[in-house]
Amino acid sequence: MPSLKDLRNRIASVKATQKITKAMQMVAAAKLRRAQTAAEAARPYAERMAVVLGNLASGITVGPETPRLLAGTGSDRVHLLIVCTAERGLCGAFNSSIARLARDHANRLLAEGKTVKIICVGKKGYDILRRQFAEQIIDFVDLRSVRSIGFEQGDMIAQKILALFEQGEFDVATLFYSRFRSVIAQIPTAQQIIPAQIETGATSSDAVYDYEPEEGEILATLLPRNLTVQIFRALLENAASEQGARMSAMDNATRNAGEMIKKQTMTYNRSRQAMITKELIEIISGAEAL
Amino acid sequence: MATFTFELVSPERVLFSGAVDAVILPATEGEMTVLAGHAPTMTTLKTGFLVITDSPGNGKRVLIRGGFADINQNGITVLAERALPAEELTQDILDREILQAEMHYDATNDPAAKHAAEAAVAQLREAKAALNF
Repeated sequence: MPSLKDLRNRIASVKATQKITKAMQMVAAAKLRRAQTAAEAARPYAERMAVVLGNLASGITVGPETPRLLAGTGSDRVHLLIVCTAERGLCGAFNSSIARLARDHANRLLAEGKTVKIICVGKKGYDILRRQFAEQIIDFVDLRSVRSIGFEQGDMIAQKILALFEQGEFDVATLFYSRFRSVIAQIPTAQQIIPAQIETGATSSDAVYDYEPEEGEILATLLPRNLTVQIFRALLENAASEQGARMSAMDNATRNAGEMIKKQTMTYNRSRQAMITKELIEIISGAEAL
Repeated sequence: MATFTFELVSPERVLFSGAVDAVILPATEGEMTVLAGHAPTMTTLKTGFLVITDSPGNGKRVLIRGGFADINQNGITVLAERALPAEELTQDILDREILQAEMHYDATNDPAAKHAAEAAVAQLREAKAALNF
C-alpha cells in the first residue's frame, strides 16, 4: 500500500506528462495542416507528370535505344531500397511500420539470392534497419536540419540515385514511404521507381504528336525529372503522415494519462478516507475504554 | 476568339488553370505561340518568360526555369521546374536565380549541360534587363 505522499507525487508526475503530450499533439496538429497543404499542392504536378509520361511512353516501342530508366537494365539482380522515414520518434507505429515493410521486402529479396542495397532517408529508419542490415546500407540522408521539405531535397536524393544508376550499382529501385490517407490512416507503401512504372493508355488519344526536340531526347530529360518528382512527393506524403501519426499517438497518450489520473485520484481519496476513518475509530474506542 | 484550357503547374503549386486565348512558350528550339487547335506537340522548355493571354491585350508573364509542355486536343499542360510570376519577381530573387545558374554552369563538365546553363544565365540576365532592375 503506497503512502498518501507517494500517490500525490505519482498523480503530479502523470499530470506533467499529460501536459507534455497535449502540447505535442497540438504542435503536431498545426504542423500537419501545413504538411497536408504542401502534399496536396504537390499532387497535381505529379499527376500531370504521370499523364505526360504515359502519353509519351505509349507512343514509343521499347527498343535498345529506349532510356534505361524506362526499360531497365535487363536484369534484376541488384535491388536498391530507398527507405524514407521520419527524423524523430514519438509518432506511434509510423517509423516501425515503414521499416517493417522494407525489412520484409529485403528479406524476401535476400532469400531469392538477390543483392540488396539500402539508402535510408531519415534517422529513425536508419536506426531500426542498421541492426539487421548494417552492411547493406550504403547511404544515409539526414534531413534533420531541413525545416520544410522543398523540391531541392527531392532533387538531391534523386541525383544521388541517378549517379548510382549510371555507375551500374543497381538494377531495380524501390521507394518506401507512408502514403497519407487521413489523420488516423497512413499506409506504408512500396513503389518501384526504376525502371519507371508508367500507366500507358491513360489517354485514348491516337493523335500523332509532334516532338520538339526528338522524343528520345524529351524522354531522356523527362525520366530523371519524374524520379525527382516521385521522391519529392514521397517526402511530402511522409511528412504529412508523420505529423498525422504523431497527432493520433499523442492524443492516445493524453487520454491514457487522463484515465490514469482519474484512477490514481480515486485510490488517493479512498485511502485518505480510510485513514481518517481509522483515526476516528481509534479515538472513539479510546474514549469508550475510559 | 477561340479559347483553350491552359494549366501551369510547378512542383509546389498550380499557378494557373483556366481558359486562355494564346500562350507563348519559351521552347528549347525557339519561342512558340500556341493558339486554339494547335497540333498535338510535346516540347521541352528553357529558361524564359511564358506569356499567358487570357483576354485580348492582357498578358501575364511568368518566368520559368525549364520544364515541359504537353499540347493536345484537351489543351496545354506546362510542367515547369520552377515558375515565378512576374509580379512576384524582385531583384533579389532574380539575382539568386542567376547565381544558381552560374554555379550550375561552373559545376558541370558536360558540354550540353554547360551550354544549357550558359543559355539560362543569358536568359535570366535578359529577364533582369527587361524588368528594369
